Amino acid sequence: MEASPKALRSLTWLTAALFAVALYMVLFYAPREMVMGDVQRVFYFHVAAGWVGALAFLVTAVTGGIYLARKDRRWDNVATASVEIGVVFTLINIVSGSIWARPIWNTWWTWDPRLVTATIMELIYVAYLMLRQGIEDPDRRARFGSVYGILGFLSVPLTFLSIRIFRTIHPVVVGSGDPTAEGTFDMTPRMLQAFMFSLLTFSFLYATLLWHRVRLGRLSEKVEQLKMKVLSA
Amino acid sequence: MSEAQPPAQALRPPAARIAGEPRGGYLRAVAAVVWKDLVAELRSRELLGAMLVFALLVILIFNFALELDVRTRATITSGVLWVTFAFAGTLGLNRSMAIEKDRGCLDGLLLAPVDRSAIYFGKVIGNLAFMLIVAAIVLPTYSALYNTNLFRPGLLLVILLGSIGYVVVGTLLAAMAVQARTRDVLLPILLFPVVLPVLVAAVKASNGFLQDLPLAEILPWVNLLIVYDVIFAAVSLMVFDFVVEE
Repeated sequence: MEASPKALRSLTWLTAALFAVALYMVLFYAPREMVMGDVQRVFYFHVAAGWVGALAFLVTAVTGGIYLARKDRRWDNVATASVEIGVVFTLINIVSGSIWARPIWNTWWTWDPRLVTATIMELIYVAYLMLRQGIEDPDRRARFGSVYGILGFLSVPLTFLSIRIFRTIHPVVVGSGDPTAEGTFDMTPRMLQAFMFSLLTFSFLYATLLWHRVRLGRLSEKVEQLKMKVLSA
Repeated sequence: MSEAQPPAQALRPPAARIAGEPRGGYLRAVAAVVWKDLVAELRSRELLGAMLVFALLVILIFNFALELDVRTRATITSGVLWVTFAFAGTLGLNRSMAIEKDRGCLDGLLLAPVDRSAIYFGKVIGNLAFMLIVAAIVLPTYSALYNTNLFRPGLLLVILLGSIGYVVVGTLLAAMAVQARTRDVLLPILLFPVVLPVLVAAVKASNGFLQDLPLAEILPWVNLLIVYDVIFAAVSLMVFDFVVEE
C-alpha cells in the first residue's frame, strides 16, 4: 500500500492546527453573548457544519453531472465521498442546533423551514447511500448515484420554498423562534472573527476529509481489482 | 378470459405503425407504451386491484387512527387523501416497473428503435392513468363514506397536477429502485423525501379548495405545483437515459 502523499499529510496537520485555533477562538476569544450566555457558542460550529453539509451535497451534484457526461469512475468516487461527509456534517448541524434550541427556544425541535429542510436533506442523502448499497454493478451504482444526487439536490431548495410559503400563508406559532432567530444578536467584531475562522476551518476540514475519503475509495477499488485478478488466476 | 379483452385488431395499430413511418412516430411510440401498459393491466388486473384495495384500507385505518369525526375531517381530509394516493402510488409504481424488469420487457422496450424519452413518457402516462383511476374510485367512496362531496373542479385539478408531479419523479426512481437488491423497501425511501415539495403544495392546495378559502390564497400553491411539475419532468426526462442504459 502506498503512503499518503506529502501534500495530504501537510493538509491534515494544517487542518488539525486550524481546528485547535478555532476551538480556542470559539471558546475563549469570542466574548460571551449577553442574553443567551455560553450556549450561543454552539452557533460558530453549527453554521460551519451546515455550510460544509450544503457544500458537500453541491459537490456531489456537480461531480455526479460530470460523471454522467464523462463516464469516468473517479468523479463518482468523489461524489460518494462527498455525500458521506455531507451526511455527517448535516447531522452535526441538526444535533448542535437542537442543543442550542433547547435552552433558547425551550424546545428541541420546531417545524421551522430551515430545520425541516435540513432534515429532509439529510434523509435524501441517507436514501442515496441506501440506493448505492443495494446495487452491485459498479457502473450502474455510479449512474444511479449521480442521477439521485442531482435530483435530490434540486429538490432541497424546492422543499425549503414550499415550507416557507406554507408558513407565510398560515402563520403557525408553535414555539416561534423569531426573537432569537439567526441574525438577531449583533455580532461583535471578535464574534465575527471567530465565526469566519470557524467557516474557514470547517472548509479545510471538508477538503481534508474529502481527500482522505477519495483516496480510500481509490484504494478499495484497487483492492477489488487485485482480488479479481487473484481469483481469476 | 376472452370476452373482457378488446379485439386483437384494436390493439395492434399503434405499435405496428411505428417502424414504418419515422415522422410523427414519437407520439405513436408514447401511445404504444401507454397502450401496452393499459392492455396488460386490463388482462391481468393485478396492479389496479392491489392499489385500490390498499387505498381503501389506508382510508379505513385513518378512520380509526384519527377518529374522523366531522370537525376533524374538515381540516385533514386533504392530508388523508394525499397520504392514500402517495402510498397507493408507490405500490403501483413499484409493480409497473417490476413487471418490466422481471419478465425482461424493459430490454425489449429498449431495443425498440424509438427515442428513450418516448418510453419514459409512455410509462409516466400509464402510471398517471393508474393513479387517476385510483383517485376516481377513492373520491366517490370517501364522499359516500363521510357524506361529503369531493367532486369539486378545483380539487380535481389539484389531484391531476399533484399526481403528475408524483408520477414523473416516481417513474424515474422506480426504474432505479427495481434494479436494486432491496427494491420493495427502496422506492418509498428514495421517492418521499424528493417529492415532498409536490406533496406539500398538493395538500395545501387541496385543503384550500376543500375549505372554500378565497382563490387568492390557493392560487400560489397551484402555481407552485405547476412549476414543480415542469421542473421535475424536465430533469427526470434528461436523466432517464442514464437510468435505463446498459
